[in-house]
Amino acid sequence: MARIDLVDLAKSYSGEAADVDSYALKPLSMTWRQGGAYALLGPSGCGKTTLLNMISGIVAPSRGKILFDGVDITARSTQARNIAQVFQFPVIYDTMTVAENLAFPLKNRGVPRPQIDARVAEIGRLLDLTPHLDRKATRLTADAKQKISLGRGLVRSDVSAVLFDEPLTVIDPHLKWELRSKLKALHKALDLTMIYVTHDQTEALTFADTVVVMHDGRVVQSGTPEELFNRPAHTFVGYFIGSPGMNVLPAAVSGREARLDGGVITLDRSYPALPAGATIEIGVRPEFVEVAAPRPDLLTARIERIDDLGRARFARLRIGELRLAARVSGALPADGDSVGLVFDPAHVHVYADSRLVEGVA
Amino acid sequence: MSVTLDNVSHEVGGISHIRNVSMTLERGSLSVLLGPTLAGKTTLMRLLAGLDKPTRGCVLVDGIDVTGRDVRQRSVAMVYQQFINYPSLTVYENIASPLRVQGRPREEIETRVREASRLLKLDPYLQRTPLQLSGGQQQRTAIARALVKGADLVLLDEPLANLDYKLREELRAELPRIFEASGAIFVYATTEPSEALLLGGNTICMWEGEALQIGPTPKVYRRPDTLRVAQVFSDPPLNTVPIEKSGTEVVYGGRVRAQADGLFAALPDGAYLVGFRAHQLELASGSGTRHGFAATVVLTEITGSESFVHLKLDDSYWVAVLPGVHEFEPGDHAEVTLDSHDLFVFEPGGRLVAAPSAM
Amino acid sequence: MDKTVNQKAWLLVAPVFLIVAFSAVLPLMTVVNYSVQDTFGNNQFFWNGIGWFKELLDPSTDLGSRFFASLWRNLFFSAVILAIEIPLGIVVALSMPREGWRVAACLVILALPLLIPWNVVGTIWQVFGRPDIGLLGYTLNHLGVNYNYVSNEIDAWATIIVMDVWHWTSLVALLCYAGLKSIPDAYYQAAQIDGASRWAVFTAIQLPKMKRVLLIAGLLRFMDSFMIYTEPFVVTGGGPGNSTTFISIELVKIALGQFDLGKAAALSLVYNLIILITCWIFYTVMTNAGADHKARTGEA
Repeated sequence: MARIDLVDLAKSYSGEAADVDSYALKPLSMTWRQGGAYALLGPSGCGKTTLLNMISGIVAPSRGKILFDGVDITARSTQARNIAQVFQFPVIYDTMTVAENLAFPLKNRGVPRPQIDARVAEIGRLLDLTPHLDRKATRLTADAKQKISLGRGLVRSDVSAVLFDEPLTVIDPHLKWELRSKLKALHKALDLTMIYVTHDQTEALTFADTVVVMHDGRVVQSGTPEELFNRPAHTFVGYFIGSPGMNVLPAAVSGREARLDGGVITLDRSYPALPAGATIEIGVRPEFVEVAAPRPDLLTARIERIDDLGRARFARLRIGELRLAARVSGALPADGDSVGLVFDPAHVHVYADSRLVEGVA
Repeated sequence: MSVTLDNVSHEVGGISHIRNVSMTLERGSLSVLLGPTLAGKTTLMRLLAGLDKPTRGCVLVDGIDVTGRDVRQRSVAMVYQQFINYPSLTVYENIASPLRVQGRPREEIETRVREASRLLKLDPYLQRTPLQLSGGQQQRTAIARALVKGADLVLLDEPLANLDYKLREELRAELPRIFEASGAIFVYATTEPSEALLLGGNTICMWEGEALQIGPTPKVYRRPDTLRVAQVFSDPPLNTVPIEKSGTEVVYGGRVRAQADGLFAALPDGAYLVGFRAHQLELASGSGTRHGFAATVVLTEITGSESFVHLKLDDSYWVAVLPGVHEFEPGDHAEVTLDSHDLFVFEPGGRLVAAPSAM
Repeated sequence: MDKTVNQKAWLLVAPVFLIVAFSAVLPLMTVVNYSVQDTFGNNQFFWNGIGWFKELLDPSTDLGSRFFASLWRNLFFSAVILAIEIPLGIVVALSMPREGWRVAACLVILALPLLIPWNVVGTIWQVFGRPDIGLLGYTLNHLGVNYNYVSNEIDAWATIIVMDVWHWTSLVALLCYAGLKSIPDAYYQAAQIDGASRWAVFTAIQLPKMKRVLLIAGLLRFMDSFMIYTEPFVVTGGGPGNSTTFISIELVKIALGQFDLGKAAALSLVYNLIILITCWIFYTVMTNAGADHKARTGEA
């Protein structure tokens, strides 16, 4: 149980002398509070696993410090850091039963037997492993094995943090639901600081209170799921979060209007302080663009395809060379594949060189 | 060309992996094998490819029995979950390799490799080796190699499972277009319902070695034959509740009483099981044909655009997907409704008896 | 698993069958033929039925007592070298570097003894251990240890065992090293995080993951040591007395020394049978371990 401070932390695999732009993880400073649920979200190669492994001590940082509750632990070994970690693939001690697997981290630390038994029983119950406790762990299915790995991560109540490295990769979609909600419930029940690395936005957003979106070795935004969805600070966040991602369209902004190739979109605010020479784009999520019958005052687009996701339908559209997606709620307009687009002005954002620009009301 | 499985079964060491599967795949079609791990998807593909010989039943190509024939004599290409490429060859040579084996002339190889690489957006990487590529590019190379072979049957076994979420989304959007351009028979195995929906075509719903339902994807999704099909084809998992109908009244889970309107109106009296997907629940009070339930919140997961609310109602455990952000705490009460026109009714044995009429 | 059947394959295997027939089956038949006959030379043979086998398996006869004595020597020898080489091989493999140029260096050094022919190994140790001119023998005697493998039974045994350990521990070590290398890093990281001691890592991760290679190493070393001939023949010639006369040496003595073809044939058949049975036991154990492994990790 600890607050975690990252101070100017960076990692370069090609030596510290290399150009900062080539670092696997560019210098970053952050504070994570005790008992919080955090997710590091980003595509492969964005540096999220490097960051996690530096916190667990498997990878040594090239510069900067890591503090647990204000104590510098940068130089400490993994064992001395008092953390738990769950890996992508189940790690099972072949010769042991499920209960012995769960007890292993406690036994190694010389916890008294009655205490171990109580804790193993509790974690076994929380993860629905009770009926398997006395079985050999190797004979179980992949998802049961991953549950054991999760259990070993959670069994110690005194850890500074529990780290998860894409723990649900090998799990079937139906069981993912179960394990994900189980993890969330465990977080509430156990009051542990948890850090969860994933490339899956649903996992990240549903698990964490605070999602840290990473891209190319940098943190591009850190916020609640709602903030990331409604006000992406960077076009990458808009693209990466949401399915389909945010539409990003080059535009010229003046007053409360954004001028695109095919027409004009009304904005909620004005942007008098746009930096000169920057690339200006507008970003709007498909959820806030509605397909309607063509009207003279609406932007016109051509439908390329309709994606039916069962609970929602999205139209894949083209305006000239621009591609975008929009929500289809009612029946499609009958005449041909031309449609009008209705934008929700409150959710149209303006980006200069990919970064969000605050407007003036 | 067409491939037919005629009442095929497959056993290994007395354990049944495939049971009495019959199906016909036509030229230019896309079939999605949808089912959880160990449902028999991979085994079925191996039987289709001729890598394994069925214990019973036969495999017909254009009506001719090819059951015992060697895989090399069949026109088959396969893409696996792992990215399998020749590590020492360039992307170009990787894609060209099946054509070289076939002994095609140099010019033809050139044009066909270029064509495939353009289709899969690999042009800039042709001179690299697979290790210098990202996972998505590696898998695109494997797909290109399968396409360029000109095989009549292309089997893809969870090809996107090892890719990043966003890459998966992109390739998923491209694949139907690529399939259409090729004209071969495509079979695509996946565990994810949303993938099946996006790919379209036909869906073969697999469960414990059986093909439970075969039909156009939207139809299987909207009119599942059985409870099991509906469960396999739902993500979040299908919600269920037992009901009892008598006269003009339905009783949900032995407690909540409602008017037997909507789909219930035409049902004979008796016990049934109602199934519905997470998005069919709404947060509101009951009125009209919307039946209301006072449930207890177990957990809320918020994605920013939607909230997954896990609910408990007597013995039933439901998940509701609600648009927008809803910050329920565990233990809160939530009033949710279900439209009696918009749900599935199954017999206690699991057969569908009523489903929404609108397709 | 049912694979599609291809009859052409038989054609390709045919030459191997022919060669095996000539090199193994026919000679074996000859031996079977000899084992049921007796001869007084001059190519005159008499039918003896199972007489030789009866004699061989009866410890009260000369042949039987020699057979059982050498059999126990063989079993004792195999047991001792397995008990030394397997743990020693594991220790060597564990202390090898995991990456860098030193890996290649270690592998080359380890492979060296394996590349030396048996009789050369024997000769090396024969010379090495001689009290008059051998470095080892001379040094030991100089230090006051009365070491002479020609006259002292224990010294002879020690020499042969040390020689075999020197020759073959590398094989066990290399197999174990391969087994260790195949353990994913995540296991070591997880163990570190779980606070496991070095010993716990060994018993909980490394040993179970090496189980299969250890079985293979044990099988190979058992078979090889049970069939040992060249080295003791070169170093001690079976002596002093009969103290290092293993079955193979006994066999040669009977067949070529006394020219008792019938007895020798019967002995070699029984010898062969013992090896086959042990092979089969090992094979069954190993495939069971394999099936177990498959059931755990397999997918349909």
